[in-house]
Amino acid sequence: MAAGPMKMRATMAGGNTDVRVLMTHPMTTAQSGQPLHFIQNVVVKQNGRTVIEAEISQAVSRNPVFSFRLKGGAKGDKIEVSWLDNKGESNKIETAVA
Amino acid sequence: MINTRRSFIAALGVLFLKPFAALAAWNEQAFGAKSAAEALKTLGAPSPASSKDILIEAPQIAENGAVVPIEISSNIPGTTAIAVLIEKNPFPLAGKFEFKEGALPFVKLNVKIGETSDVRVVATAGGKHFAASTEIKVTIGGCGG
Repeated sequence: MAAGPMKMRATMAGGNTDVRVLMTHPMTTAQSGQPLHFIQNVVVKQNGRTVIEAEISQAVSRNPVFSFRLKGGAKGDKIEVSWLDNKGESNKIETAVA
Repeated sequence: MINTRRSFIAALGVLFLKPFAALAAWNEQAFGAKSAAEALKTLGAPSPASSKDILIEAPQIAENGAVVPIEISSNIPGTTAIAVLIEKNPFPLAGKFEFKEGALPFVKLNVKIGETSDVRVVATAGGKHFAASTEIKVTIGGCGG
């Protein structure tokens, strides 16, 4: 399975911004017998400013789903999530907070 | 001739990839650590103080170790980073999240757990490290995926 599209939902909840993002990615481990292929970096931006920087391992499940929470925020804020894997492949998605 | 061209193209590729790799740091030493203790040492948090202000929500029993949902939040004021370690996995460090101004110290993710294991969460606040852990029993291991 190749790396593919992303899906994201960003909503206001209790005065904060909830971000839920899905990445299509095999996340294969060294134990699987397949070539090691996994996302290493995830970056979350709010209106162009980096708010979360994550480094992850092959222990994150296939087709990773993450939920994040941003302090405050407002409808219409632009949220961008991008990833980069160990083979140099990358993808990103942007959505407006609903 | 073809060989020279290939190596030239390869060299070009390296030139283009390098700056990108430099932008995105990945702590190879910490992620390559084969024990949680070694990973924590590499992260500069060899002996975190245990804290009740780190909340871990996870199933006590995971039927499928390939997808175990874990929700983490820290109530420690000024939390700037959270690391997740699955003690019994071949490489315990599963992730490290840095929260900058504007982000709350909260993350929910799905992880693979090879066998019944303690999951340790280490939060960093004001240069100090705090930890909490919970045991997750796994019926079918999840590292084949």
